[in-house]
Amino acid sequence: MRIVIAEDAALIREGLTHILDHFGHQVRTVGDAPGLLAEVARELPDVVVTDIRMPPNFRDEGLRAALELRRRHPGLPVLVLSQYVEHRYAAELVEAGRGVGYLLKDRVGDVAEFVAALDRVAGGGTVIDPEVVRKLLAQRRMRAPLERLTSREREVLALIAEGGSNNAIARRLAVSDAAVAKHVNNILAKLDLPPSTEHHRRVLAVLAYLRG
Amino acid sequence: MDPTPARTPETAARALAGHPVRFSASAWPWRATGYLLSGWIPALLWMTGVLVLLAVPAVGLLALLTGIPLAAVERWRVRLVDPTGVRSPHTREVRPGLWGWLGTRFREPVTWRELAYALVFSLGLAWLDAAVALLVPCVLFLVCFPALVVLFPEYQPDPVLGFAAAELPEAFAATAVGLLLLPVVGYLVTGYAVGRVALTRSLLSPPDRRLDAELTELTRSRARILDAMDAQRRRIERDLHDGAQQRLSGLLMTLGMARLHLDGVSTPVSTLVDKAYEQAGTALSELRELVYGIHPQVLTDHGLAAAVAELAERSPVPVDVDIDLPGRPSEPVEAAAWFIVGEALTNVARHSDARHARVGIRADRRRLVVEVSDDGRGGADPTAGTGLVGLADRASVLGGRITVTSPAGGPTVLRVELPCGS
Repeated sequence: MRIVIAEDAALIREGLTHILDHFGHQVRTVGDAPGLLAEVARELPDVVVTDIRMPPNFRDEGLRAALELRRRHPGLPVLVLSQYVEHRYAAELVEAGRGVGYLLKDRVGDVAEFVAALDRVAGGGTVIDPEVVRKLLAQRRMRAPLERLTSREREVLALIAEGGSNNAIARRLAVSDAAVAKHVNNILAKLDLPPSTEHHRRVLAVLAYLRG
Repeated sequence: MDPTPARTPETAARALAGHPVRFSASAWPWRATGYLLSGWIPALLWMTGVLVLLAVPAVGLLALLTGIPLAAVERWRVRLVDPTGVRSPHTREVRPGLWGWLGTRFREPVTWRELAYALVFSLGLAWLDAAVALLVPCVLFLVCFPALVVLFPEYQPDPVLGFAAAELPEAFAATAVGLLLLPVVGYLVTGYAVGRVALTRSLLSPPDRRLDAELTELTRSRARILDAMDAQRRRIERDLHDGAQQRLSGLLMTLGMARLHLDGVSTPVSTLVDKAYEQAGTALSELRELVYGIHPQVLTDHGLAAAVAELAERSPVPVDVDIDLPGRPSEPVEAAAWFIVGEALTNVARHSDARHARVGIRADRRRLVVEVSDDGRGGADPTAGTGLVGLADRASVLGGRITVTSPAGGPTVLRVELPCGS
């Protein structure tokens, strides 16, 4: 795939380039948000990977640029990386539609997992860092309905949020596809969410629910 | 600096120290007499007013505040002797409404000083003042004595020192004595009046302005130190984010690649690389927590509501958050409020055994109110160094107030008011 990486820290830029090169992708890099917009305008990549905090203000320029790119090129897959996760950022991204991802930079270290997530995003899936889900699950006002979930169902919920398909979840948990489908239906029913087989809509629904 | 020194206003005290002839010819002795002779009128009115208030049960408590109007009259009367006057020591920062005014005045120590002055003044000083000032009419009587003798021939004064001048021209001796005594009495009465004004000033004026200035400077420098600390925290956060955190993330990526290349082979090296990967991951998570505690990026990006919601998410005790902010408060207020909520929730988790806590933040144009309550066992002691002292410092630097109610058995309510000088 043709990938544009926006990241102001040279070290991380090199690390990402090295990893994605290794998997046979073509990588171009930029160091800030305006550079990212210009680079994508010059030649549309298959997927964009961007840091959130970048010059000049070191706030959430990367995220803003990612959302701007989505406006200019609807459906352009974007994976946002950050040193820490904010479910608000996750929500903004997920609301931008399909083919978005939001991960902690730590996840890149799990190379195979990271590259798989990038593929999912490029394929129009949605990937949200388990940390976001963990934090949302920890929110107290969520406790009551979530307490109705069994611990296995909660595991499945976290995997849904990460954008896993029923099949992938089944492999992760070493159970049958049918069992996962049943879990998913139970979760959606317990949380009063509309049943959905489409991954992105499932993630969206779960996150919307978790945000309350 | 102004090159022309301001003319110091003339006062009775300066006139006293000046040329005797000029002093005797000036209005000061007469003004001093007027000052001393007029005091009994407010004194009488005050006593009447207090008796009336005490007679009506519903407003009896208001008698406690009667020192305020009397003191105002007294500060105004001082101008007879000292035109510079006396500044009112009452604070102008009164909450709106009658209750706000009453509450502020009842809490001010000045109010009680004024009440004490009113009592001492009305029951003693005012009458002593008048008695001293009566020396002046007595001397005037001597001066005018010949006129009396002419107008009232049947008037027979008692002899004074064996001398009774009921006839002219002997009566003019009294005039001579009176004229001689007049400057003496003038000095005496003016001197007394100056002393009285000094007493009034010491009781009814704000404390020494030099101390005021020093206090203001101290408060400012404390605020500057805190601002500098907040700025420093933000800088440290930036440096850690751009430095150590990025390096560790890079290390994690490198180790990740190494693991990829060693995939499926179990050798001592791969075990070590796995271990290094785990350790780097743990270090990064710990560093993330540390950086968050120094200054959360979410506070900079999204403001107080978002940052407090995050604090609540991190709290081991379930927390309800209820925030209503019209706009974003200033950075120091925001940082202080976040710090206060964070510390308070830490205290709740550590000491209270609470099952539930609540954070409420409200703001209007003038102040921001933070309330953190829990249903724990109470007994939080602000002096026992449970972090409450630090909170009080944060609040007081911004001119805020902090109150803790924590009866044994709970509930504990921490309330902080921060002025937002918008």
